[in-house]
Amino acid sequence: MTPTQRVFAIITSIGTFLVVMELIRRRRLREEYAFLWVLTTVGMMVLATWYGLIERITQLIGAVAVTTTLFIFALMFLLLISVHFTTVLSRLTVQVRRLTQELAILQASRQGPGREPSGASPAAGQGPRA
Amino acid sequence: MPVPTRLLVVIPAFNEARRIRDVVAAVLGQVAADVLVVDDGSRDGTAAEARAGGAMVATHPVNLGYGSALQTGYRYALRHGYDAVLQLDADGQHDPASIPALLAALANYDVVVGSRFLHPGSYRPPLSRRLGMTLFGAIASHLSGQRLTDPTSGFQAISRSALEFYAHDRWPHDYPDADVLAMVARSGLRLTEVPVRMLSSPDGKSMHGGFLKPLYYVFRMTLALALVPLRNERP
Repeated sequence: MTPTQRVFAIITSIGTFLVVMELIRRRRLREEYAFLWVLTTVGMMVLATWYGLIERITQLIGAVAVTTTLFIFALMFLLLISVHFTTVLSRLTVQVRRLTQELAILQASRQGPGREPSGASPAAGQGPRA
Repeated sequence: MPVPTRLLVVIPAFNEARRIRDVVAAVLGQVAADVLVVDDGSRDGTAAEARAGGAMVATHPVNLGYGSALQTGYRYALRHGYDAVLQLDADGQHDPASIPALLAALANYDVVVGSRFLHPGSYRPPLSRRLGMTLFGAIASHLSGQRLTDPTSGFQAISRSALEFYAHDRWPHDYPDADVLAMVARSGLRLTEVPVRMLSSPDGKSMHGGFLKPLYYVFRMTLALALVPLRNERP
């Protein structure tokens, strides 16, 4: 890895790290979702500065150039983050669905044809089960 | 207990303003029950038409899909202490005259599916759909250990214990059919089929239309069925 490449890699990772931190500070990014991003940027910083480590990994995975290792790791982290996003998305889907249904049920209960809610409160274990 | 004392009829409806009033009226003419139309974010007058027919209406502010609309009905039934739910489609393809047969079977079973194929010579879907139904029906039959002839039928009667199984978050919000029946049978709930007559849907539109949707359906159902034996659900 040439000094130029190295400086570029370090600057990029530090820049990303600072942007992520600033977003967290301003509460634009929630801490629980920032975890993988911080891990990514810190990982990139370590790989860019610790030359011995990245050389060892390059040999280990059979890559030719050290920069390839850096790219592969960045790509892998991005992949992980995308998968993480889809799990979050799935959870949100369930939550939005539940809320929408609950809204419809409450609204229908209010308008029902004189049907009393038969004393069954959600607290009595008849509410939606998690 | 021949007929459940408190029965809720659930009709999921999406843009069915033209037919929903007749469907509700036909159901009310057949059974003494409360009818809940779940309006799944329709943009026409479905909710008003359903109310005019004598139904209660639960409206989703946004369109969530057929499965979610059904589940809103299940959750409403549980919340308000109903003993059983009878569900049918809003497009009028399910003959309300078959309702008593479904309810009668509920005395001995938890989930009663109205099978359009058990009824002599009424229902002939197009070849591609028949192939899919046969394939997924065979897999679901194998997984559940009993013969299922019509796993995609939306004409069902459901007991209270099955309602609790259906109200869970595991319930699929797009296509609840073969995989759900396989899960039901494996969870220990008693499942059976009863012949029902199929009325022709006036404009023949189906939620399985288009090009990508059938493809997605095949993927979705294959995945869900493959996961059934790996999940080991409890009611």
